[in-house]
Amino acid sequence: MTISPRRAVAVLAMLLVGCSPADRGRPGGGTITGAGATFPNPIYATWFDSYARQTGIRINYQPIGSGGGIRQFTEGTVDFGATDGPMTDRQIAAVKGNVMHLPTVLGAVVVTYNLPGLGSAPLRFDGDIVAGIFLGQISRWDDRRIAALNPGVRLPRQDILVVHRSDGSGTTFIFTDYLSKVSPAWKGTVGSATSVEWPVGLGGKGNEGVTQQVKQSEGAIGYVELIYALSNHLPAALLRNASGNFVEASIKRVTAAAASADLDSATDFRVSITNAPGADSYPISSFSWLLVHREGGDSVKEAGIHGFLRWMLEPEAQRMAADLQYAPLPVPLIERLQHLLPGP
Amino acid sequence: MTTVQLDAPTRVVSPPPLEQRSYGDRVFKFILTLGAVTIPVLLAFLVYELWTGSRLAMAKFGFGFITSSTWDPVAEQFGAFPLIFGTLVSSLIALAIAVPLSLGVAIYLTEFAPKAIRQPVAFLISLLAAIPSVVYGLWGIFVLIPLLRKSVFPILRDGLGFLPFFQGPIYGPSMLAAGIILAIMVMPYIMSVSREVLLAVPNTQREASLALGATRWEAVITTVLPYARSGILGAVILGLGRALGETMAVTMLIGNRHEVAASLFAPGYTMAAAIANEFSEAVGDMHLSALAYVAFLLFIVTILVNAGARLLIWRVARGSGVGSKAL
Repeated sequence: MTISPRRAVAVLAMLLVGCSPADRGRPGGGTITGAGATFPNPIYATWFDSYARQTGIRINYQPIGSGGGIRQFTEGTVDFGATDGPMTDRQIAAVKGNVMHLPTVLGAVVVTYNLPGLGSAPLRFDGDIVAGIFLGQISRWDDRRIAALNPGVRLPRQDILVVHRSDGSGTTFIFTDYLSKVSPAWKGTVGSATSVEWPVGLGGKGNEGVTQQVKQSEGAIGYVELIYALSNHLPAALLRNASGNFVEASIKRVTAAAASADLDSATDFRVSITNAPGADSYPISSFSWLLVHREGGDSVKEAGIHGFLRWMLEPEAQRMAADLQYAPLPVPLIERLQHLLPGP
Repeated sequence: MTTVQLDAPTRVVSPPPLEQRSYGDRVFKFILTLGAVTIPVLLAFLVYELWTGSRLAMAKFGFGFITSSTWDPVAEQFGAFPLIFGTLVSSLIALAIAVPLSLGVAIYLTEFAPKAIRQPVAFLISLLAAIPSVVYGLWGIFVLIPLLRKSVFPILRDGLGFLPFFQGPIYGPSMLAAGIILAIMVMPYIMSVSREVLLAVPNTQREASLALGATRWEAVITTVLPYARSGILGAVILGLGRALGETMAVTMLIGNRHEVAASLFAPGYTMAAAIANEFSEAVGDMHLSALAYVAFLLFIVTILVNAGARLLIWRVARGSGVGSKAL
């Protein structure tokens, strides 16, 4: 049995046509792609949409999580990454140092709870108490340590139901980073990461899951991004900051935390600003970073990314962030970043 | 008019073998073979990917992975015992609730229900299978869990609190809540396959026992059910296979805690829920590899359970039209 040569060539040609990629060869064409943290997704979506309308450059962002963002950036499948937790030294070595962490917005993690009979004034906690609750050492609301900080408040005789994140998350990273700083016991037993071994508590999926669980269970306590507590009308505890003041989580106080953080010595902005000094600082604040290549890569796409970053640092874009309850970057930091970017 | 002599040898003329037929037939056969081979190839590729992904964790933990209970991403120590325990226990609870109900409905619809309502009711129950898992999860969070927390769990604790299964604090999300939602999700599968199997039981069985003086219920218990036994077992195992792999509804209701507890009111975790929760944000090769190891174990378990179920159903319903449908 033989196949005629004409037929063989015809079949082969059909297969080859199917194999050729459609847009290879177009120089730097197509959208700029990025992936990473879910926490800043609302503001990133707004920014990218606004930027596309103003300049025509399309940026496609996938909120797959900080870990996923770091992974995709390392493997080169996206042009930039985004993360709430900075890359470790080992991860930076994996990209041979070819990465810049550029802070874009600030976020705050609040401790929220569900105690209906308490009235409108939020409870006061300090680092030891929060760590004690999440370690399981403080298990009842009427514990005298909580009562000591909240004189005059009628705390219920109820067990504390701890709710944490079941999925890996930048929010968890920020929260555990804060706890590691204020509690040696926490640092020794649990540590800080996007996913840890929680001594007690239920896991909720996403900020939404934790919010839902706290809302539904009386006596529950959990940690969520500020915006979730605000939109769901959940109380946020006042925390004692490093200067000894009890502060609430607000945009102003988060920006204050960033302003007072020691940024001069840091060369790559991988700075943790939890438990920041400063009378007005909110203790559980954090940057959210974009991961950008220092050098190399598609020159057209890199130019597009830098153009977006310059646009993002302008007051108009920072105001968009404030409208969505993200704290804008402090002005000195913005100026530093503007100097850092290659000029237009 | 010719007469055919039946005992004379006749020459059977068969069509020519494929190789001698037209070129178009050969090409068609090739394309079909390619399509048919794709599925096993994809399956093999899936297994290969899981295997290579979990090699790191297998090298570090070995079989101890299955017995260890630590799950510490910071210290990179992982153990899947709470996951395996949670998967099995939630599925068993689901079966304990779903099997009597489904079987009861199937028997009722096949033997006792008025003819007019048989099809509509069967159809409605099968529709339960069409509801997405996430919708079940949302319904569980907003409706089922508050109901359980306020009414059902306290009653169980008061009444059966002497058993270690019904002690301890009541949070809401728990192993029992996950088991209940799984039971609801699994019921349509068990019911429809059981019903098909029961319909495949020949009427002679029923008629024979009725002729011997049995009541209708006795006829069902003594002749119909034993005849359909392996098929019903297959349906149950099919439901088990479904419950083992269920992810979204479970993770919303089970409390997501890497812990083994005796109480059914305590939170737990399942293999599928852990993978769904942790995979996208897992930073660190060991964490990813541990999750791939869990996925590999889950894959093996569900393949074995589903293959067993198919074999059992086929054995009882073989030959009738039901057999191929249940398969």
